[in-house]
Amino acid sequence: MRWLAEVHVSLRSGIADPEGQTIGSALRALGHATVSDVRSGKLMRVAFEADDHDDAEAAVDQMCRRLLANPVMEVASWDLRADEQPDAEGVNP
Amino acid sequence: MTLTAHSPRVAVIVFPGTWSERDFAHVVESVLGWQVRLVWHTDRELDSPDAVVLPGGFAHGDHLRTGAIARFSPVMAAVESFAAGGGPVIGSCNGFQVLTEAGLLPGVLLRNDHLEFRCDWQSLRVENPSAASAWLGDLADGEVISLPISHGEGRYVADAATLDALDRDGRIVLRYADAGGRVSAAANPNGSEGGIAGIVNERGNVLGLMPHPERAMEAEVGGTDGLRLFRSLQRWLQEQPTAAERRLSSG
Repeated sequence: MRWLAEVHVSLRSGIADPEGQTIGSALRALGHATVSDVRSGKLMRVAFEADDHDDAEAAVDQMCRRLLANPVMEVASWDLRADEQPDAEGVNP
Repeated sequence: MTLTAHSPRVAVIVFPGTWSERDFAHVVESVLGWQVRLVWHTDRELDSPDAVVLPGGFAHGDHLRTGAIARFSPVMAAVESFAAGGGPVIGSCNGFQVLTEAGLLPGVLLRNDHLEFRCDWQSLRVENPSAASAWLGDLADGEVISLPISHGEGRYVADAATLDALDRDGRIVLRYADAGGRVSAAANPNGSEGGIAGIVNERGNVLGLMPHPERAMEAEVGGTDGLRLFRSLQRWLQEQPTAAERRLSSG
């Protein structure tokens, strides 16, 4: 069956994120004075086939370890769900 | 050329998006008078080179992370095997990023701390050149050289234990410095930990550096310090026993 994983990759805490810092500065400049921290990251939606939930979990775990995140500086987390009604492009928004 | 067997053969690896392979090919052929072979990333054979170059550029568009997709290109198995056999490998700029993603060198290279792309001449302090004698053997400890940098993602990052080990083992071989050789935040063009511009693997044959030695090999382009890396390589190659000598000594 078909699965959809939303994979979030972000820099480990303690690793400087100049992009996040710049976005934070911009938000404060726009009047959001209480913004104290912004961390940037990546979101990847991965549609794929797997027999069951355990297989799907294991597949996403492998994808993250092999390619999607570099453990030297990144951490990955994901939300996984069965993709019951894929849209025309194959990935639900 | 004074080499007895043959002039050195250099394999220059080309990924989709690599941009410095022609510069390397030019200096290897026209400045050094050596042989060069451009090796497309889907090739699985290096054809027995004397040295391998991973040039700069934007392999696979730098998508996901710099070097993240290039490291899985078929040619990388041959590069890893060449390195494991002690063959001299140099990764410049994007090539350095590929080497870290491939695990041939520790750490990672992230976005410059100021988010700007930097293209400039940069002073570098040479440290522990004997730890990377194939590439830096002709340079002196503490010497200051000047090479171009050209990158947006050159901020070297590694965890504290890795940085300590690199420092302790003398594997940090190039640091960003001012013209007097002083390493400081002001002389650091990208926010690299410890001003690190280049490191070498434990065995000393794999060098990764953000600067571009190939752009500093002719006086006409502003400097020739890059040439000294290849003269070091030439001397190192000449000092290596031939395959026949190795067979005799092991027999």
